[in-house]
Amino acid sequence: MTRLTHLQRLEAESIQIFREAVAESERPVMLYSVGKDSSVMLHVAMKAFYPSKPPFPLLHVDTTWKFRAMYEFRDKLVEELGVELLVHQNPDCVERGINPFDHGSATHTDLWKTEGLKQALNLHAFDLAFGGARRDEEKSRAKERVFSIRTAQHRWDPKQQRPELWRLYNARKHPGESVRVFPLSNWTELDVWQYINLEKIPIVPLYYAAPRPVVERDGTLIMVDDDRMRLDPGEEPKIRSVRFRTLGCYPLTGAVESTATTLTAIIQEMLLTTTSERQGRVIDHDSSGSMEKKKQEGYF
Amino acid sequence: MSHVSNDLLADDIEAYLALHENKSMLRFITCGSVDDGKSTLIGRLLYDSKLVFEDHLAALESDSKKFGTQAGDLDFALLVDGLAAEREQGITIDVAYRFFSTEHRKFIVADTPGHEQYTRNMVTGASTADLAVILIDARKGVLTQTRRHSYIVSLLGIRHVVVAVNKLDLVDYSKEVFDTIEAEYRGFAADIGLSDVVCIPISALRGDNITGASPQTPWYAGPTLIGHLETIEIADDLHVGPLRLPVQWVNRPNLDFRGFSGQIVRGSVRPGDRVRIVPSGLESTVERIVTDDGDLEEAIAGQSITLTLSDEVDVSRGDVIAAAGDPPRVADQFECHLVWMSEAPMLPGRPYLLKLGTRTVGATVGHPKYKVNVNTLEHTATRTLELNEIGVCNLTLDRQVPFDPYVENRDMGGFILIDRFTNQTVGAGLLHFALRRADNVHWQAVEVDKDARARLNSQRPAVVWFTGLSGAGKSTIANLVERTLHQLGFHTYLLDGDNVRHGLNKDLGFTDADRVENIRRVAEVARILVDAGVIVLASFISPFRAERELARRLIGEGQFFEVHVDVPLEVAEARDRKGLYAKARRGELVHFTGIDSPYEPPASPEIRLDASGTVPAVESAGLVVEYLRQCGVLAPPQEPEAATDPS
Repeated sequence: MTRLTHLQRLEAESIQIFREAVAESERPVMLYSVGKDSSVMLHVAMKAFYPSKPPFPLLHVDTTWKFRAMYEFRDKLVEELGVELLVHQNPDCVERGINPFDHGSATHTDLWKTEGLKQALNLHAFDLAFGGARRDEEKSRAKERVFSIRTAQHRWDPKQQRPELWRLYNARKHPGESVRVFPLSNWTELDVWQYINLEKIPIVPLYYAAPRPVVERDGTLIMVDDDRMRLDPGEEPKIRSVRFRTLGCYPLTGAVESTATTLTAIIQEMLLTTTSERQGRVIDHDSSGSMEKKKQEGYF
Repeated sequence: MSHVSNDLLADDIEAYLALHENKSMLRFITCGSVDDGKSTLIGRLLYDSKLVFEDHLAALESDSKKFGTQAGDLDFALLVDGLAAEREQGITIDVAYRFFSTEHRKFIVADTPGHEQYTRNMVTGASTADLAVILIDARKGVLTQTRRHSYIVSLLGIRHVVVAVNKLDLVDYSKEVFDTIEAEYRGFAADIGLSDVVCIPISALRGDNITGASPQTPWYAGPTLIGHLETIEIADDLHVGPLRLPVQWVNRPNLDFRGFSGQIVRGSVRPGDRVRIVPSGLESTVERIVTDDGDLEEAIAGQSITLTLSDEVDVSRGDVIAAAGDPPRVADQFECHLVWMSEAPMLPGRPYLLKLGTRTVGATVGHPKYKVNVNTLEHTATRTLELNEIGVCNLTLDRQVPFDPYVENRDMGGFILIDRFTNQTVGAGLLHFALRRADNVHWQAVEVDKDARARLNSQRPAVVWFTGLSGAGKSTIANLVERTLHQLGFHTYLLDGDNVRHGLNKDLGFTDADRVENIRRVAEVARILVDAGVIVLASFISPFRAERELARRLIGEGQFFEVHVDVPLEVAEARDRKGLYAKARRGELVHFTGIDSPYEPPASPEIRLDASGTVPAVESAGLVVEYLRQCGVLAPPQEPEAATDPS
């Protein structure tokens, strides 16, 4: 071997980040969202510590509104890999029955995900959390660090962010503070798909096209995944061949019409289409400039 | 997402993927200011490589009409310019990473602002770059900032430079203009040791010589910008040199497996290779190269792997597994280049943490030999380094570390400095060479030791360190404590701030740097006195935690007692026995603690005394004596163990 391909370099860099983070923290955890980026992150983590298992649990901050296929996929994968999974559902949300229909997507996401995440991190006293965010996802993420320091209130303070030189990461923090670590920072959407293809990484079947019952709302195709979906009067789910480019709460996740039933067909479709990835997420459209705001509040 | 292979993408996705899976990667930094068209260039690269999606494009079109500077044409700069909100938030370090790819390569671009105050950003971006693109505005030619950027590029060891002479459309695509700039730049580049320089005439706005040869520059026969970036061979000699594997993590899934995980930063390794563990110097042989994809026959620089060794040698995080025949040197004193990255200036003598490879150790920086004016490259004398300044300093570590000079290997010679209290990364440095000085200054072995002297004195030596604002009453209380101890028959010595400054430290002023040095010297004197078996009472404002911690480490836990003589600033200022607060308020005295220089109260002192005036000084002194009694300092020293073991 004389040189590494770009995917080999990215993988080696991510592994180095994983090991560094584990070596410099007391109680690390991996935030696992069941999506394809989480799948890649978990796959790299398995490699980073082999033959040991990753020395941290996975944490799924659940909203109870994910697609059924995501829960099935999650439970099967965790069993196969023999890794520890923690599931946190914000008990306040459970009690109050927070849902996207009555409370709106912003409140729903904020309470289940942002608050839920803070609760879970506090509950287990995790001092470092791996996340699957990438710098290419959005303009404001281009400057995010690989090791991102959060205050005891889980807020992102721009003044506390540290320069990152060479491969040297500074994970030191005061008691109560924590670090978010993004091992896939330098991967792009295309890198992720190529890596999934090359490494044959399992992903949730929802990424592949299949006939699914959907309704069209404001130009977005929403899948009717269970009977909690509220239909408007006269609204009738139609079976269409669709797939999902990102996964989240099913009432908030737009599907795209597609016939791509294989991984290569998905990649081909992705490369030929010209709509950027996050458009499928209803949450981003909700209040403007929202990624930046969510980051400050503690959402990824 | 290539601009060339779209046909392949549509017709034969498998072939397309095979092509793209085998791409190499190039990381580069762009240097220049917005005025040079840097954002436009990066926007253009993203656009031409079809990385701008339809919805982004729609936004770009509408933004271009609204805010664009190009009369309604697409303004590529809008694709990459930072958000206004970010600037308002005062983000202090700003390096944006952008990604694009062609069919031959994936590119990671570190985009940094080019102003003078952003030296630290450029250094950060340059630290991971293989190549630098330096933009020059054809109308302006080689400017001061061009020299600054080139110097930093050269300092950080980037060997490949592309000079993009931009806005050529605005000088009528003049060959003369281009030739003049190229000649001037090459002359300058040679002076600072940049040898691989390629100059390309471009217009980022018009797309000339970006992806295709421009018909406007028939006189130019060289590569296009993308053409050059795609094909340049980054002399990847990293895997040719001797093996360096900084150990990140010891991998122990069970009792039968003990592996050492890390990323190879230089050289290559094969099973059977003889290796040396540094700094311990133990040797062993590589047994297996373990990965989740199966054992490897060979691993090279850049790969993250796990090694097992044939012997049970002690290896931990921070060690370097190296080629036995050519291991790195080990030292604890160095000369280095240091780039200061913090608002708070570098303080010579202050203890910082240093991270080099996977090892973190204590470090102090000596007085800078000089600082470099990044615009003129002149060397000037200085006592400290301010934000964005680059200097050459000596470095002293509290342990020996394995290293290679930075010019040989970035990962074995590049380090960061971390503030022990804020935990911020405050500096970055490049190791030049080890200093031989320490080798020649050996500890003189003495036969009468600290314990022996303490026994003769019939006491346990210690340092009682009084810290607090000027006027808190430190010296008064320390005096009373000394008098009591003296009456009880103990050998004491009182080191007082004012007195020391009349003699030992009369060359020091009151700047932060001098305060650090003041306390360092006092701590050393206190250590000698403790060594001599004396109970030392030290009374110093000693405003910084870091130096008090230094004193504590120097003296040793159990022998160092920090006494915070705690008084609210208003109370001390109202007392103002020496009239100093009034002077400081009038501006006649600068760097006065509490007024224009900070006091960092101890987080957990052994004793805190309320000096606001409610407790008499005699009573406070009594508390200190009582505390020392309870800690056993005033008990007679232990007799030595029976001397049965002469070794």
